Amino acid sequence: MSPLQPARLLPIDILRLAAYGLKARPLRVVLSALGIAIGIAAMIAVVGISTSSRAQLNQLLQELGTNLLSASPGTSLFGEAATMPPESVAMLGRIPEVERVSAIGALADARIYRSNRIPASQSGGLAVYAARLDLLETLGATVAAGAWLNEATARYPAVVLGARAATRLGIGRGLIGQPVWLGGRWFTVVGILAPVSLVPMLDLSVLIGWPAGERYLDFDGDITTLYVRAAPAAVETVRGILAPTANPEAPNEVDISRPSDALAAEAAADLAFTGLLLGLGAVALLVGGIGVANTMVIGVLERRAEIGLRRSQGATRGHIRLQFLGEALLLSLLGGGCGVVIGALVTMGYARLQGWPVDIPAWVPLGGMAATLLIGAVAGLYPAIRAARLAPTEALSAG
Amino acid sequence: MSQPIVSLENVSRAFPGGVFALRDVSLEIARGELVAIVGPSGSGKSTMLNIIGTLDRASAGTVAIDGLAVEALNDSQLSALRARRIGFVFQHFHLSPGVSALDNVADGLLYTGTALGERRERAAAALAEVGLAHRLEHRPHQLSGGEKQRTAIARALARRPLLLLADEPTGALDSTSGEGVVQLLLGLHRAGTAVVVITHDRDLAARFDRQAAMRDGRLVEDLRRAEP
Repeated sequence: MSPLQPARLLPIDILRLAAYGLKARPLRVVLSALGIAIGIAAMIAVVGISTSSRAQLNQLLQELGTNLLSASPGTSLFGEAATMPPESVAMLGRIPEVERVSAIGALADARIYRSNRIPASQSGGLAVYAARLDLLETLGATVAAGAWLNEATARYPAVVLGARAATRLGIGRGLIGQPVWLGGRWFTVVGILAPVSLVPMLDLSVLIGWPAGERYLDFDGDITTLYVRAAPAAVETVRGILAPTANPEAPNEVDISRPSDALAAEAAADLAFTGLLLGLGAVALLVGGIGVANTMVIGVLERRAEIGLRRSQGATRGHIRLQFLGEALLLSLLGGGCGVVIGALVTMGYARLQGWPVDIPAWVPLGGMAATLLIGAVAGLYPAIRAARLAPTEALSAG
Repeated sequence: MSQPIVSLENVSRAFPGGVFALRDVSLEIARGELVAIVGPSGSGKSTMLNIIGTLDRASAGTVAIDGLAVEALNDSQLSALRARRIGFVFQHFHLSPGVSALDNVADGLLYTGTALGERRERAAAALAEVGLAHRLEHRPHQLSGGEKQRTAIARALARRPLLLLADEPTGALDSTSGEGVVQLLLGLHRAGTAVVVITHDRDLAARFDRQAAMRDGRLVEDLRRAEP
């Protein structure tokens, strides 16, 4: 080694130098790290909350399945409401790829009231449907309180309420067995459904048994909507033959949809919104970076004597540059680290509040730290170069 | 005879605007010599210290430190030269506040490529040498002026420099503390280090073996005390 080769600083010494600079001005360090922390926390929380919400939707889709198809009669060529023949349930049941079939039929003229004292106009917008007994199983819905209809209650004036319908009627969980005024006679509430994610319409409906509808409310037996669970691998095949099977006379009138598509679309819409919020987080991060640069520039001005002393002790320009760059990086890493923790905590808190699973993909904190390092490097470069360029005599004379 | 530790030949230093801080100065300092550069303020003695300490470059003339021509060295080679051969002591100490005396001294070894453990060992030894073995963990604000300057001397000393440059080392001290610092510098000289002290204090300069007097950027007198 040439005797005039400057010594290399060990990484640990660079770290100590950086920490020394920060320790000397704790308040300023906290304030400028805060800027970075807010930016990173905002980005992490935005991404974390959005991925957690999507994880929740995906989990829901997983649980509910994407193999449910629904078929409605739609409208005829002349714009009139079409109907599907009652036999279509049996016909669909004979298709091998169909795992389950169920149906509901609207009782268009029936209204439900809490009692017979309520004026007729205050129907609350609740729909009344006759439902087949296998509806609950086919939709993957559950009962929140009481029981679902069975062979016996389906024949008698018994009613099961949708989740929101129960709230509207003012019937709480403890009031199973209460009478309600439905279609001009008393029905007994036997159960309340939990919200049906795949068919939210049912939340605002009340359901009675198919035979009970025919017996008490002049139900004509026409099907309003058919629900079909297809074998997961054969969803598209079933979709193709659903219309001609459900209504062989007018297959073009049948509207077929896949209820899980709405949930999937919700998940996709979330993604677009995330992009916007992420942009806002990036702006906050940029402002944080400017804060770090500002702190470093002031630090260099204040520490000219220290720079001069170090130069007199044999520090090269490179050593000085490294010291200040290291300080800027450490400062923003400090902010970034806090930001990651805060962002993760916010995500967890929010997800817990919403009852979602917490899902923060690994790339989010890693990306956040990488962005922090980049910001620190960019913010620290100019002050570090300024510090290194300072002539030793000028620096020392600064006192 | 070994080569001189400092050799200036016809050195001038001009600043922008045509101000000459040094004019045609030639000076040679042998290894282990004790020299006072004395002169009123504005006489160019601080510029002289910067040139000898390689913190500044001459506008004209040649400067050699330990036989190495400064003109031929780049900035990082000069830094390495300072790290291994030259120690500085300043009037205002330049100690880092909030850092113990031990770490202030150890920090002075940072650019010599020494590991932390050894830096601390050498720092403790240097502090013991200046009589501050009992003050290792004290912060600068807990030290008296004289102790601060002795810490600064220990910091320069820890690197075992061939040349110690002191700029008004007693300027900020009372006479008792100042005397302690002078004794320390004389001791270093006896141990073989070349010591160059810059001062405006003629009484202080008179105690040194050699006095180089400056006025208006010129070396006007170079007195050697007769050997006893």
